[in-house]
Parts: sequence; structure tokens; C-alpha cells
Amino acid sequence: MKKKNTYSTASKILTAFFVLLCLVWIMPIFEVLINSFKGNTFVSLEPFALPSSESFVGFSNYLKGMTFGNYPFLKSVGYSFYITIVSVILILLFCSMSAWYIARVNSVLSKVFYYLCLFSMIVPFQMVMFTLTFTADRLKLNTPFTIPIVYLGFGAGLAIFMFLGFVKGLPLEIEEAAAIDGCGPLRTFFSVVLPMLKPTMISVGILELMWVWNDYLLPYLVLDRTKYMTIPIHVQYLKGSYGAVDLGATMAVIMLSIIPIIVVYMFCQKHIIKGVAAGAVKG
Amino acid sequence: MAKNKTAGKSINLVQRPIRKYAPVFILPTFLAFVIGFVWPFLQGIYLSFTTFNTPKDAKWIGFENYVKAFSDPGFVNAFKNTAAFAVVSIILINVVAFFIAYALTQKMRGSNVFRTVFFMPNLIGGVVLGYIWSMIFDGILKNYGTYLTANGTYGFWGLVILVAWQQIGYMMIIYIAGLQAVPEDMLEAARIDGATGSQTLFQVILPNVMPSITTCTFLTLTNSFKMFDQNMALTGGLPSAIQNGAKVNVTELLALNIYSTYNIGKNYHGRAQAKAVVFFILVAVLAIAQQAATRSKEVQQ
Repeated sequence: MKKKNTYSTASKILTAFFVLLCLVWIMPIFEVLINSFKGNTFVSLEPFALPSSESFVGFSNYLKGMTFGNYPFLKSVGYSFYITIVSVILILLFCSMSAWYIARVNSVLSKVFYYLCLFSMIVPFQMVMFTLTFTADRLKLNTPFTIPIVYLGFGAGLAIFMFLGFVKGLPLEIEEAAAIDGCGPLRTFFSVVLPMLKPTMISVGILELMWVWNDYLLPYLVLDRTKYMTIPIHVQYLKGSYGAVDLGATMAVIMLSIIPIIVVYMFCQKHIIKGVAAGAVKG
Repeated sequence: MAKNKTAGKSINLVQRPIRKYAPVFILPTFLAFVIGFVWPFLQGIYLSFTTFNTPKDAKWIGFENYVKAFSDPGFVNAFKNTAAFAVVSIILINVVAFFIAYALTQKMRGSNVFRTVFFMPNLIGGVVLGYIWSMIFDGILKNYGTYLTANGTYGFWGLVILVAWQQIGYMMIIYIAGLQAVPEDMLEAARIDGATGSQTLFQVILPNVMPSITTCTFLTLTNSFKMFDQNMALTGGLPSAIQNGAKVNVTELLALNIYSTYNIGKNYHGRAQAKAVVFFILVAVLAIAQQAATRSKEVQQ
């Protein structure tokens, strides 16, 4: 009885401490939120003050942010969504297929590809970024519609590695039975193997999703920036390349770019934490 | 013997038909992989030995780019910065993340909510994070009549705080997984033997979570070495100073230095690529060391 009491006091103090710590943790996001409702001059003048009757400008920063910098923000949002979704689908589909091939077929091509994948995981983007830009330009991969191919190529190493880890553990008997029942490789893969890959699909999918959505340097270098921007490029463009920065509008744009992430996080928190942590294998 | 035979048979049953489907299963990824990785990598190695504007006008100059890279005060400064940054963030992030994880694995109300909050900054892109924090630091420093890029020390510690805020939640998740895997009977044995809290922590728990500690240490290390977005968005390498007769961006880390070298002009493209090769070798050595360390820990377990 006594033990239970001391435990609960200590636990109460600890809980209180963590509540405070969490408030500190979300403070930066909260800062962006309050500043997105303040006029430009007030953001730099009194960044930590809550909006007052004087500094409050309602949603006008959000409206301004939509067109600020002579590039519609919604266009960047559209390209970000498109590039992310198509790239992730390509990676999930083709890398799972390749991983299955590598696991099941014992050939030189399989071995070479596997070791190249392992090798690519220890190569930082800086090593290939200049030359990748040249190649992408020459092959016309510099548009939002073709850049997913670049993502498939550069992201293949990690995705195949993660899929392989799972495919290797699948019992061969099931596929064997499918083959005896007359399934060709395509049917075996799509109706027998693919459903079993679902948990890995979710992990890899989330990992690639977070990577492509937040990626700045690859699209910045590869895309034709006068025509196409993604959200990170747009934010950098607003804040970086301007003499007269409108901080209020920038904060509104930042807030708009965070909101989708937080909404998705609320709904599939467990999967996200698992998926992102699964990426710990990458060097 | 019989078992081997059936295994061989079933491999053939599945393998032979798949082999014919190589163009469908492996070719698309392999082509994209060659375009997105293999070719740029090989071309990158070649171009590091040349002077070039585009790959077409490359002229072979041997090791000159490497010699120039190593005698570049900006590169040396970036290397020192990166090393110092790595050491500080490894210690800060891992110590804090471990203790948060330790506290959250005790029975506590709301620990799931705390976990959610701490992990959240991981999901936000580096560029956005950099701008958020540059606003906050400028806001604080304004009270002292200065600003973030006025002094290299501010920029350095600013980046440490930003990255700690971002990565502590991630490492916390790995530590929580490690702590939850500590065998319950070991903890109970320690309790029965009358071990104090700190004795249990240092002599029972810590040795058991060593694999997690290795993973997290190396992750923070490679993350620090590859840091780019946050560095660019927070200070962009500013302020600049003159060191050994050359202009040096004081808060620049390696990845940003490679990028800004390239942007100086076409005479610097080869040097930037040579720096990138050196950078790759560094990161690769760290990654291989991580694998070796993790393996040896696994064997001990």
C-alpha cells in the first residue's frame, strides 16, 4: 500500500514534468501558428507575442501566401502531391517485384543487382547529385511527370533491401502450390505474394512517402525551377531568394505545409512510427 | 537428402517460370536504378578527375581537384564543423532520448501522448524546420541586439538545438523498443536481490540496450555528416570570414560546402565533385563501421 503511494507521487511529478516538456516541444509549431495571423512587421518585431488587436490580420497572410512570390502555392502543392504519390506507387510496385525476383531467381543479374542495392545505401546524395542532374536533363526527366523515375532509381536500393528481408522469410510452399495450380509468375506474384507483403508495403511506403514529400535538394536540382516547384522549394524560394521577405505570408505557407503532415500523423501514427523507425537500416 | 531434392525441385518450379519474366519483374527497376544511381555514380568518379562545366567538355587533370579540395580552408573548416557538430549532437541527442525513453517505459499516465509529441518534428522537412527555428532564434537574440547569423557560435548551437529537437523523438522510439525487450525476469531478479534504481539501470538495463545504443549512435553520426537542408535553411553557412586568405562560411557543414563550391562557377565544378567523392568515402566508412559494430554486438548477445 505504501509502495503504491510513493510510486504515484513520483509518477505525478514525472507526468507534470513531461507535460511541460511537451509544451516546450510543440512551442515552435505554435509560434508558426500565431505568427501566421500577424502582420508582417509584427512577426519580426514581437515574434513571441500572441496576436493583439493591432497585429492580428485574420487570414490575410494565408490569402497572400497563396500567390506570394509570383507562383501560386497551390500549384506547388499539386506538384508535391503528384510527385509523391506517383513515386511511392512506382517504388512499391517495381521494387517489390524486383525483390521477389532477386529472392527467387539465383542468377548473376540477381546477385549483381542485390550487391549494387546494398552499395547504393551507403552512398550519400551529394556524391551523385551533380551528375544525376545532367542525366535527368538529357533524358527529359526534369518534369514533375517524369521525376518519379529518378526517385524510383535513387530509392530502389533501400526499398529492395527492405522487401528482400521480408520475402526471404516467406514459405516457398505457397508459391509452389500456386505454380502447381497453374498460376504463372505474374498471377503468383499479384495474388499470392503481394497480399503477404502488406505489412512491409506499409513500412516502406511510409518511409518513401516522408522522404519524397520533404525532399528539397533532388527536385530543386532536377526540376526546371522556373516552371515547377514543390512545397519545400516554394518555402525556400519565399524565404531565401527575396530581398523583401514577407514573414507573415511565409509563416502562413509554412503552416499550410505542416498541416497535411500533422493530419496524416494523427490518423496513422502507429504505422508511421513503425515505418520511419524501420528506415534505421539505412547508412 | 530427400529434403534437399524436394527443395531443389520446388525452387525450379517457381524459379524457372519467373526467370522468363525478368523483363517484367526486374528490368524497369534496374533501368531506373542505372539512370538514378549507377551511371551518375560512375560519371561522378570520372568527373572528379576533370575540369568541367557539363560532362561533354570535361578535361582530364588528374588529382588536381583533390589537392585543391584538401587545401581549401572552406572544406577544412566544414570538416571541423561537421566533426564538432557530430560529437555534440551524438551526446546530447542520445542522452536525452534515452532518458525520455526510460521515463516513458515506466508506468506513467499519458506516455502515448508524450511519445506522439516528441516524435512529431521528424515528419517535417529540413527546410521548413530551418526557417521555423531561424525565426525563433532571431526573435530571442533580438532582445540582446543581435541576430542568428551575426556570430558562428550562435549558428552552430542553433543547429544543434534544431537537430536535437528533430531527432530526439526518433532515437527515443528505438530506445523504447530496446528497453521493452529487456527480459522481465532479469529486472525482477534485480528487484529481489535489492538492487537500487541506479544499480538496475547501469548494471541490468544499460548492458541489455547496448544494441540500441550502437544503432542510435551511428544513426546520429551519419545524420550529422549528411546534414544539408537544416544547415542551408537555418544559416546558409553564414557568417563569412577570411581564413588563410580565403573566404570561409563559418557555419557551413560538409554537404553544404560541396553544394556552395559547385555554385561558385564552372571552374569549381570539378573541385566540388572531388569533395563529393571524399565525402562519399567518409560516409561509407562510417556506415561500414556501423555494420561491423552492430554485428559484433549481435554475436555477443
